[in-house]
Amino acid sequence: MPLNLTLASRNLFHDRLRFVATTIGIVFSVVLVMVQMGLYLGFGRMVTTVIAHTSADLWVMRHGTKCFEDPSLLNASKLTPVVATPGVAEAIPLVIGFSGWILPSGEITPVFVVGSDLQTLKPWNVTAGTVQALSTPGAVAIDRSYFERLGVSGLGSKANIRGLPVSVAAITDGIRSFTTTPYIFSDLSHARAYVGIPSTMVSYLLVKLRPGADLEQVRHDLQSSLPDSEVLTTAEFQERSRSYWLFGTGAGAALFAGAILGIIVGLVIVAQTLYSSTKDHLDEFATLRAMGSSNCYIYSVIIYQALLNAVIGFAFATLIGFSVVEFTRSGALPVVITPMLILAMFALTVVMCIAAALGAIFRVVRIDPVMVFTR
Amino acid sequence: MSDFIVEAKGVTKILGRGAAQVHALRDINLSLRGGELTVLMGPSGSGKTTLLSVLGCILTPTSGTVQVCGHATQGADAEVLAKLRRDHVGFVFQSYHLFPTLTAAENIQMALDIRGAHGEDARAKSRDALEKVGLTHKIASYPHELSGGEQQRVAIARAIVSNPSAIFADEPTAVLDTRNGQVIMSILAEIAKDPAHGVLVVTHDSRMTSFADRVIYIEDGCLVRDERGSADAATIQTTASAGRRA
Repeated sequence: MPLNLTLASRNLFHDRLRFVATTIGIVFSVVLVMVQMGLYLGFGRMVTTVIAHTSADLWVMRHGTKCFEDPSLLNASKLTPVVATPGVAEAIPLVIGFSGWILPSGEITPVFVVGSDLQTLKPWNVTAGTVQALSTPGAVAIDRSYFERLGVSGLGSKANIRGLPVSVAAITDGIRSFTTTPYIFSDLSHARAYVGIPSTMVSYLLVKLRPGADLEQVRHDLQSSLPDSEVLTTAEFQERSRSYWLFGTGAGAALFAGAILGIIVGLVIVAQTLYSSTKDHLDEFATLRAMGSSNCYIYSVIIYQALLNAVIGFAFATLIGFSVVEFTRSGALPVVITPMLILAMFALTVVMCIAAALGAIFRVVRIDPVMVFTR
Repeated sequence: MSDFIVEAKGVTKILGRGAAQVHALRDINLSLRGGELTVLMGPSGSGKTTLLSVLGCILTPTSGTVQVCGHATQGADAEVLAKLRRDHVGFVFQSYHLFPTLTAAENIQMALDIRGAHGEDARAKSRDALEKVGLTHKIASYPHELSGGEQQRVAIARAIVSNPSAIFADEPTAVLDTRNGQVIMSILAEIAKDPAHGVLVVTHDSRMTSFADRVIYIEDGCLVRDERGSADAATIQTTASAGRRA
């Protein structure tokens, strides 16, 4: 180990109380930022989860549709020109909308109905029952996490949606809505009845391309023939939905504000402790300077201290971050930590700690080596 | 190039500003040779430490010139002075100034590390330096595990490990008992036997002059006596300066 690193680490661990305080500060800061960003990712993933689980190549929607939950409707007659477009293999109508689930007690709770051909978009993570069973009249799929809310106990449980009898034919695990309104999956015709959309209208047309078809060309052709509609790829629609919910509603700004607060807290704590540590070791830095050390060598000791703080604080923070991920996994809004987020957080922690070291470095720059003769 | 390791000509040093201004050094002319142990004596406030700082390239003179191994310090910035110290100077301080979190060997290695010498070679040199001061058995000891005398010996080892031409010791025995003080002076005198090293020791303890090849006296920032060999052979070289002061 280089001696400047040895000196940095020994000085760091020498004052245990300060080391613990610094580490706690960094951990607090990094966990705060990590959780905020994890919520951001989780939120972003959650608001696009249904879109992500379709097998469509293109989405045709009414012009100006902001997100998947947008109630805008499309005339079903557009199905004909869509299917006739070269390169299109099939176009599947999708109906979505809010409705009322009537509990056995008579109480009504809102639900979000999703109905399609049960092929291009079907419930996933089915743990009981089958998707095929949803084609029978009144059959619906619900998520296990909403049993209590919907007043059901499992397969075969009965209820009503808008006065129409329904029966639970499939149970999923982990399909949660960020709006906390339960998703109800059913086939297309029954979904129309549950949300009151006539057969002349659809929410979306899910387009599947023929093998080898040029996606951009098909999209261009569709867009030309449907001037009052929009044609987006799945990825584009995900991005639009994510942007709407995160930035159109202010939710993303709140998460970012929390993250920035975390960075500020971390900066202040690390800067303060590094500065006071440097002040406590001024004699040593002055001795180094008197011995002929370059300023860069002294800076390296301080930077090493900052980096050690960063690595140790980050390691603890990551452990806590993963615990939070586990803890929120089945919650209303799971925190998501991706490898990219880990890398970004590590880079941020390092930058934060080095930036915090600047104050200490400015203090060391002013050291007069002659002080070694007076102490 | 001069034969002297350190050479000061007409050095004046003014410290402070305005009403607080002090003429710490006045017209100092002094040369240090290799193979000599020079003791600089004087009362408190006479300018001993300021002279040591100027000769050791920590301070630059207000006027006059200082050359260390042929390199002038006049007008040099802090980094250039640091390089001069790195290349040519070793310091021993009154309060040792060892790094408390490093072992004796690591403290010595630090002097090499700042000079870019690392690894096994640095460790071997560090062990050799410790051997010269008789502390090989304390190689892994931390400063708080060493006595004052031992700490000062480690500081000496640190000062000599990079083989500097000039070694400056500021009151190296001031906080030590007589026996330890004599051990320290013996080590410094032994180092000064090597013509490659010139040693200047600042002290107010007249007992230490017995180790010196040369004793210089300073008062009120002026050199007033320069003795070689014994006190009887005293050579006052600064009469002119003293006369000007008077």
